[in-house]
Amino acid sequence: MDTFEPQIVAFCCKYCAYAAADLAGSMRLSYPPNVKVVQLPCTGRVDIFHLLKAIEDGADGVYVAGCLEGECHFLKGNLRARKKVEYVKRTLEELGIEPARVEMYNLSSAMGPRFAEIAREMTGRIKELGPSPVKDAAIA
Amino acid sequence: MIVGDRKSLAEILDMIKDCQNILITGCKGCVTVCNVGGLKEVQILALSLKIARKKEGRPITIEENLLERQCDPEYIAELADVVHNYDAVLSMACGVGPQFLAEAYPAQKFFPAINTKFFGGATGHGVWEERCAGCGTCVIHNYDGLCPVSRCSKSLMNGPCGGSAGGLCEISKDVVCIWDMIVKKKMEQGRLEDLLRVMPAKDWSTSRDGGPRKSIREELSQ
Repeated sequence: MDTFEPQIVAFCCKYCAYAAADLAGSMRLSYPPNVKVVQLPCTGRVDIFHLLKAIEDGADGVYVAGCLEGECHFLKGNLRARKKVEYVKRTLEELGIEPARVEMYNLSSAMGPRFAEIAREMTGRIKELGPSPVKDAAIA
Repeated sequence: MIVGDRKSLAEILDMIKDCQNILITGCKGCVTVCNVGGLKEVQILALSLKIARKKEGRPITIEENLLERQCDPEYIAELADVVHNYDAVLSMACGVGPQFLAEAYPAQKFFPAINTKFFGGATGHGVWEERCAGCGTCVIHNYDGLCPVSRCSKSLMNGPCGGSAGGLCEISKDVVCIWDMIVKKKMEQGRLEDLLRVMPAKDWSTSRDGGPRKSIREELSQ
């Protein structure tokens, strides 16, 4: 368990979280390499299907990072994304899988340090939860 | 449209517990419109079931399909070549779908993934409400477009009853008293005297009380 390095997928809005990731890079801030970033035009594009597919394919954790509430470039994309994340949390709970493996975060493009902090926070959380039971079974 | 809710994953997983290979078939009709059994919902259910079975260490193969309608034999026939390739088939249509499928393919097992609830419409994003009970003898013209058969808890033809308070029905604070709305609308339109006429007891033989129903139109039958 000590050597467990989780696979985490981060769906990031290009107007905020993805730009914040760029900023984190420019600021030479390090964050865990466990996080694989997928750029979206808006978190409103993310679908329940994408989040479940990541879990089914063996991701140990998945998160969506969108603009601060009230500041979505497309007005409500981040609020819709939050509802989809909540749906997936309920689905995982129904299946006996920790809902904390999926999360919604909000940040602005100026928050490079916060992006790195979120990546560390999520990696720490998933390391504590351990490997996804879906992944374990798939490997077995 | 016909409105339904998806069954719980636990119930669906129990139905298919002995299966290794299933087909999930959705419907492009009412259940697509009410976001319970269309393409996206088929994909989401398939993923949820795959996750559950991988977790159990018993992966399952699931194929996804979407029929134009599951309430017409001509579309049901599209599955003829593949329907027996699976241990079972999950239908995400209303209650009509699994029955039409079972009638067409008696050797296969069909399970309903949807609880069919009512005839209704969307009153907001993600909210559907009952508007018709399919009683077979429409009377909404007598009530200014507000149906007491489907929307009054007691289906009263002459109301309101003593359980109406503050515009709400006594059964729940979330249920509007339709008779309160009927009276208010009649008052607004200056036609309150319409309600002095006592409506006769409804003939329920055209509803479920008359047994299973059938509609035949000679001009269309072949």
